Amino acid sequence: MEKEYRTIETEVRLPYRLAYGETWTRFFEGMKEEKIFGSKCPKCNRVLVPARTFCPRCFVDTDEWVECSQEGTLIAWCLTNYTYFAQPIAPPFISGLIRLDGTDVNFLHLIDGFDLSDLEEVKKTVKNGMRVKAVWEHNKRGHILDIKYFSPV
Amino acid sequence: MGRPVAVIGTGQTKHGKRMDVCYPDLVREAVAAVFEDTGLSPDDIDGVVSGTMPSMMEGVAMTHFYFADAMQAVGKPILKTETCGSTGVSVAHSAYYWVSSGMANMVLAVGHEKMNEGDSQATMTTVAEPFYQRYFISGAPGVFSMQSQGWSVKFNISEEKVREAAAIISVNHHNAAFDNPYAHVKLRLTVDAVKNAKIITYPIRLYDVCPNSDGACAVIFASSEMVKKLGKKAAWIKGVGYRGEEQFFGDSDKAVWASAVDAAKEAYGQAGITNPRKELDVAEVYNPFTYQEMLFYECFGFCEFGEAPDLVLKGVFSKDGELPCDPSGGVLCTNPIGATGLIRVAEAAMQVTNKAGDHQMPGAKTALAHAMGGIDQFNGVMILSSEL
Repeated sequence: MEKEYRTIETEVRLPYRLAYGETWTRFFEGMKEEKIFGSKCPKCNRVLVPARTFCPRCFVDTDEWVECSQEGTLIAWCLTNYTYFAQPIAPPFISGLIRLDGTDVNFLHLIDGFDLSDLEEVKKTVKNGMRVKAVWEHNKRGHILDIKYFSPV
Repeated sequence: MGRPVAVIGTGQTKHGKRMDVCYPDLVREAVAAVFEDTGLSPDDIDGVVSGTMPSMMEGVAMTHFYFADAMQAVGKPILKTETCGSTGVSVAHSAYYWVSSGMANMVLAVGHEKMNEGDSQATMTTVAEPFYQRYFISGAPGVFSMQSQGWSVKFNISEEKVREAAAIISVNHHNAAFDNPYAHVKLRLTVDAVKNAKIITYPIRLYDVCPNSDGACAVIFASSEMVKKLGKKAAWIKGVGYRGEEQFFGDSDKAVWASAVDAAKEAYGQAGITNPRKELDVAEVYNPFTYQEMLFYECFGFCEFGEAPDLVLKGVFSKDGELPCDPSGGVLCTNPIGATGLIRVAEAAMQVTNKAGDHQMPGAKTALAHAMGGIDQFNGVMILSSEL
């Protein structure tokens, strides 16, 4: 048998207070009012969501705010069925890429509102191209999880 | 392109769960191996490049300082690069740039990771900001599963077909690992066992996913003058390509994945490759997930989009196929992340210098090495050849 050597238990725990800045602050204020804000690029005309300070492709300021549709089309999804340390959402859960109507990028969020315990049943419900809409938390705190999830329409 | 550069030697640790060594000793194992392989000594090295995935994988920041002794970097210029999964290829590219520029004649590249000492997926999730993406990406498997799921549906590949092809890839690579003395997970699997394994992140199941490995890899890059002087067998770098994408996962198409397509195109252009499936003899594709490996075949022009599963079923990318991919067992069997991309380069170099032992592809002259990183954000490619 291989010799076992000693180990040391340690952890790194550091506090942070991250600045949202103007754009994220307004985006999350919108969340509190059940609004999903995006930005329209004056150069490429794409509607980007979440809202941006600048267009990542054109590198110009995106001053035009757009209130995005709360409905969209599912582009891709996966069902998470494993755990890791400090996982923010308990499995099983479904992450999905959603193209909100009138936008030009995919919005990443949860797909839920039905029984997730049986994969075969889930596969009958969740299809790429299906229509989904935002379902909001009752108590909102100005956070991305103020949207509880997107559910099939 | 600058002046010609070659890989003149490689060293790998035995990869796996390595609780028998502390991290610097693990790094030294790979560095000692490359000096043994080349007959060179630390005095011959002009500079050192190293890299990990996020440093916090092991709870120690700035690992290039931690490993200064293990890499024999004292008294030399030292660089670090950190691009998640593509770190190892970024390390190789940096070493290549350094020698190619004429600022160094011989550079030691080292990639390393010890994934069993912390929580790898929790660490990877910290790559995403906590405003928006961190809640949904679910470590590496979540992102790559979503990408693969979207790809297969976009190209109308039936779930049965893609699952069957993924299972064949898994069985082949786990078998191939038995021929690689450094590989971590070696398993005799059946297609049914892979297809029916526990779901990790649907559609990805247990044997579609790479392990958490501890390991290190060291590679020496040399100028043509040094290669000539030393009279060494060399793997010449014929092309390098690296591309990044926007920070947000949802901002770009991940099925026709521009960074992968363009990184390969750049490298092929430099190497004069127009038909990669014919002109490459072997490819070490970064394949932590079976489904994603097929997506890379398409992005690298090995076949048309949507065609990869059919060709996998026909054996085109198997060991005895037209373009063998990952005869080392690949990332699927061995993934010490910061080392993994450099292992692809090392394996490609071993193949074109006929030093790959039991997993040597007979007569291999031209090889592709690749790694991918970030939240589906980066791709790096390197083409190596037995000829200058």
